[in-house]
Amino acid sequence: MTTFLGMPATAPRGVGHLRGDEPFPRAAHTALADGQLRRNLRHATTTIRAKSGRVIAELPDWQELRSAGSAIKADVLSRLPELLERLEARVTERGGVVHWAADANEANAIVTELVRRTGAERVIKVKSMATQEIALNEALEAAGIQPVETDLAELIVQLGQDRPSHILVPAIHRNRSEIRDIFLRAMPGVDPGLTDDPPALAAAARRYLRETFLSTRVAISGANFGIAETGTLAVVESEGNGRMCLTLPETLITVMGIEKVVPAWTDLEVFLQLLPRASTGERMNPYTTMWTGVTPGDGPQNFHLVLLDNGRSAVLADRVGRQALHCIRCSACLNVCPVYERTGGHAYGSVYPGPIGAVLSPQLTGVEDNASLPFASSLCGACFDACPVKIDIPSILVHLRNQAPHPPAEKAVMRAAAYAMSRPRLYARAQRAAKLARIAGRRGRALPPPLSGWTAARDLPEVPRQTFRDWWAAR
Amino acid sequence: MRIALFVTCLADTLFPEAAKATVRLLERLGHEVVFPVEQTCCGQMHVNTGYQPEALPLVRNYVSTFAGYDVIVAPSGSCVGSIRHQHPAVAAAAGQAGLAARAHDVGARTYELSELLVDVLGVEDVGACFPHRVTYHPTCHSLRMIRVGDKPLRLLRHVRGLELIELPDAEQCCGFGGTFALKNAETSAAMLADKMTAVESTGAPICTAGDASCLMHIGGGLRRAGSPVRTLHLAEILAAT
Amino acid sequence: MSSKDVILGRVRAALRDTPTPEPVVRDYRRSFPAADLELLVDRLVDYRATVHRVAADAVAASVSGITGGTVVVPPGLPLGWRPPGALPDDGLAPDRIAAADAVLTAAAVAVAETGTIVLDASPDQGRRIITLLPDVHIVVLRPDQVVASVPEAVARLDPARPLTWISGPSATSDIELNRVEGVHGPRHLHVLLLER
Repeated sequence: MTTFLGMPATAPRGVGHLRGDEPFPRAAHTALADGQLRRNLRHATTTIRAKSGRVIAELPDWQELRSAGSAIKADVLSRLPELLERLEARVTERGGVVHWAADANEANAIVTELVRRTGAERVIKVKSMATQEIALNEALEAAGIQPVETDLAELIVQLGQDRPSHILVPAIHRNRSEIRDIFLRAMPGVDPGLTDDPPALAAAARRYLRETFLSTRVAISGANFGIAETGTLAVVESEGNGRMCLTLPETLITVMGIEKVVPAWTDLEVFLQLLPRASTGERMNPYTTMWTGVTPGDGPQNFHLVLLDNGRSAVLADRVGRQALHCIRCSACLNVCPVYERTGGHAYGSVYPGPIGAVLSPQLTGVEDNASLPFASSLCGACFDACPVKIDIPSILVHLRNQAPHPPAEKAVMRAAAYAMSRPRLYARAQRAAKLARIAGRRGRALPPPLSGWTAARDLPEVPRQTFRDWWAAR
Repeated sequence: MRIALFVTCLADTLFPEAAKATVRLLERLGHEVVFPVEQTCCGQMHVNTGYQPEALPLVRNYVSTFAGYDVIVAPSGSCVGSIRHQHPAVAAAAGQAGLAARAHDVGARTYELSELLVDVLGVEDVGACFPHRVTYHPTCHSLRMIRVGDKPLRLLRHVRGLELIELPDAEQCCGFGGTFALKNAETSAAMLADKMTAVESTGAPICTAGDASCLMHIGGGLRRAGSPVRTLHLAEILAAT
Repeated sequence: MSSKDVILGRVRAALRDTPTPEPVVRDYRRSFPAADLELLVDRLVDYRATVHRVAADAVAASVSGITGGTVVVPPGLPLGWRPPGALPDDGLAPDRIAAADAVLTAAAVAVAETGTIVLDASPDQGRRIITLLPDVHIVVLRPDQVVASVPEAVARLDPARPLTWISGPSATSDIELNRVEGVHGPRHLHVLLLER
C-alpha cells in the first residue's frame, strides 16, 4: 500500500486567501458600479500596456524567448521531485535550512515558529504572492508578531486595511489622491501637508519605513526563482525594499512555491529578459537580488527556505491545467484582460486575480470552491498572446468549465440542444420553431433569466421569416 | 472551385443574409457553392460552456458531413476557430483518436471567408461596390485564434466607394463571449458600452465584422441605445455591387 | 512521515503517465556583437541615472565633484579612486553607513541593452549593505566590463556570490503604474564610465 504517500491535494479550506466570499458575477456587480475604480483601472492598464508593448518590440527574439521560457517550465514540472531535492541539497550545503510545507497551515506554523525562536516581535516583508496566498500575516498577528509590508503598494493596502487587487501592483485600484488620503489617515508621523504628487508619496513611504528597516531583525520574502543547480534564490523588485529585507536583518525566511524552481543558472538569461518587459514594461527592473545560502559577513546569517505545496500538486495532476504552474507572476494577462479592466481584482476573490487567477485559483482549491471563475472570461485570448511563458489560458478556462458544476436548467437546455443539433432533421424543425421567439424578440422586451442578462443591455435580433436552409431549398 | 458552405447555426437561423451574401459573392467570383444539408452546429457553445462530452456528436456530425469536400468556408472566424482547434481536442479527450485525426484534416480544409478569398482564391478585389463609410471590428477569434490578420481590411480597402474608418481600440473584445454574455451579463455590457463608444466615435454609419455573433451583440446594444449605426456582416459588404 | 515525503509523493503521483516534454530549444539570441557603450549610456539616462565619461585617473576628482560629503568605500576599492576623506567599510555599523552621503564602488559587469549594472560583492564592491543605505551610489565601470546582453552577463557572473542587479535608481510603479524614481534604495545613481 502506498496510498498513505498521499494523492495530490488541493489547498485546505479555512486558511489563506484563495477563495472569495461571493461568486464572480455578484462581486463584479459592485466593482462595475464604482466609476472611480473603473477610471483608475483603465488609466493604469492602458499605461502599462503601452509601456510593455514598446520594450517588447525592442527584442527581435521575443517569441523565441517565450518559447524557451515555456519549454523550461514544462521541463521543470516534468522532473520536479529531482529538482526540488537538488535545490534543497545546494541550499543546505551553503548554510541554509530547507523546510517543506504541505499546505498553508503547515507553512504558517513553520514560519511563526522560526520567528518566535528569534525572539522578534516584528518582521519586515517583501511583497510575496505565496505569503499572501497562505495568509501568513494573519497567522503572525495571531501569534503576536507584527508583519510590516514594505512594498509601496502593499503598504498602501495594509494601511488602508484593504485587499490587494493586482499581482504586481496590489493597490492598482487606488489613484494618487486616494493614496494620499490613506497615508494621512493611517501612516504614523506623516507630514499633514502631504500632497498627492507621486514622488512625495514615495518619499513619505521612505521616511516611514527607514527606521523599521534598520531595527527589524527578521525578514520574510517570497522568491521569483530558485535555481536547483546552484541553490541560488532570486527576488526581482523595484523600490529597494526587497534589498533592505534581503540584506539588513539577521534572519531571512523565504517562502517559495514548489513550482518556482528552475533547473540551471543559465535559465535566468531567459526569465530575466521576459519578466521585466512583460511585467512593469521596463527593460530591466531597478533591483534584483540573488543569494545562495549564507554569505559570511554579508547579509542575513540565518537563512530558511520554506517550500510550499498548498494545492500545487493538484494543479500538476491535471495535464491540461498544469501549465498554469508556468506562471512567473508578471501580471501581463491582467493588464490586457478586458474583464479585469472593468471589474478589478477584488471580484476574483482570490489573491490571484485576472486571467491567471481564473485558471490557477480553481485548480489550487478544487473547481467546486471557485466555480464561477472559469466563466469570468469572454475567451478573447488577449491573455495567451501577452503571456511571456505562453500559458494557453483560454484553453485551460474551457477545460475547467467542464469540471464546474452546471445549473440543472442549463444542463437540460444544453443537452436538448446537443441532441437536436446532432440530428439534422430534428434540428431543422427546431429552427423553424425559433420563429416563435419573434414575439419575444420585439425591441426592449425582457426575457426570463438567464436570457434576461442579454435583454438588459441589448435588443434581440429580429428573427427572419426564412432560415438560410429554407432559402437554399427554395432556390 | 467547388466550395462547401458551413453556414453556422447562427447565420442559418438568425442572420441568413450573411450566408446568402457568402453564396452570391462566391458564385459571382465563378465558384460553385454547395450546401450539405446534414450540417447543424459546430458545437462551440457546448465546448465553451463546459459541455464537452455533449459536443462530441456535433463534432462527429461536422466531420462526416464535410469529410468529402476539399474546401469548406464558414462566414465566422469563431466557428472556424472551434472547428480547427477544438474539434480535434474534443475527439481526443473522448479517446477517439481516429475521429480526432479526421477532425484535424477537415479542420485544416475549413476556412473563414476572408482566409478563403485571400489565401485560397488569391483575390483581394472581389469587385464589390459599397459607397458608405464603414468601420471594422476585428473579432477576437478571427484575430487571435485563427489569425486572419489584416485580410478583411485588405478586402474592404478594395471595395469601390467604401471609406474605411479606423476603429479606436479595435482589438479590444466587444464582450460577447458566447454564454459569457449571459453568465456575466453586466461585465459583458460594460465591455459592450466601451465598444459602442468606440464605434460611434468613428462617425461611420456602418460597423462590420466577420462574425455574426459579435455583430448580434454590438448591433443589439446599438439598437437598444437608439444609435443610428447599423451592423453588417463582412460578406454582405463584399457581395454588394 | 515527513512533509517532504508527503509533497514529493504527491508530486510523483501527479506526474504519473506524464510524457517527457519537448527538449528546450534555445533559438533566442545567444551570440552578440561587442557591447555598444552609447547604448548603455542611453539606457542609463533613460532610467534617470547620471553618466560621466571620465579618465581612470580622474575618478577621485569626479567623485568630489558629485558630492562634498562623506563617501563610504569598500575595503578593496583602488586607492587612486578614493576621494579625500573617504570612509572605508571595515565593518561599519548600519547607522554610520546610512548617515554617509554617498557610496563609491566598482562593478562586476554591465548590460548595455538593459542599462543594468551588476555588483557581486567582490572586495572593490563590498558588502551589499553599503550600496543600499546611502542616498547616492557612484559606480565606476570599465568598458571591458560592459556586455551587450543579459545572456552574456549571466554567463560572466558567479552565482555563489551575492549579486545585486541595478538598473537605475530606486523606483516604483505602484502609483497609477507611472515610474517614480526614489523610494528605499539610493535615489541617485551616478555611473563613472572610464575611457578606454
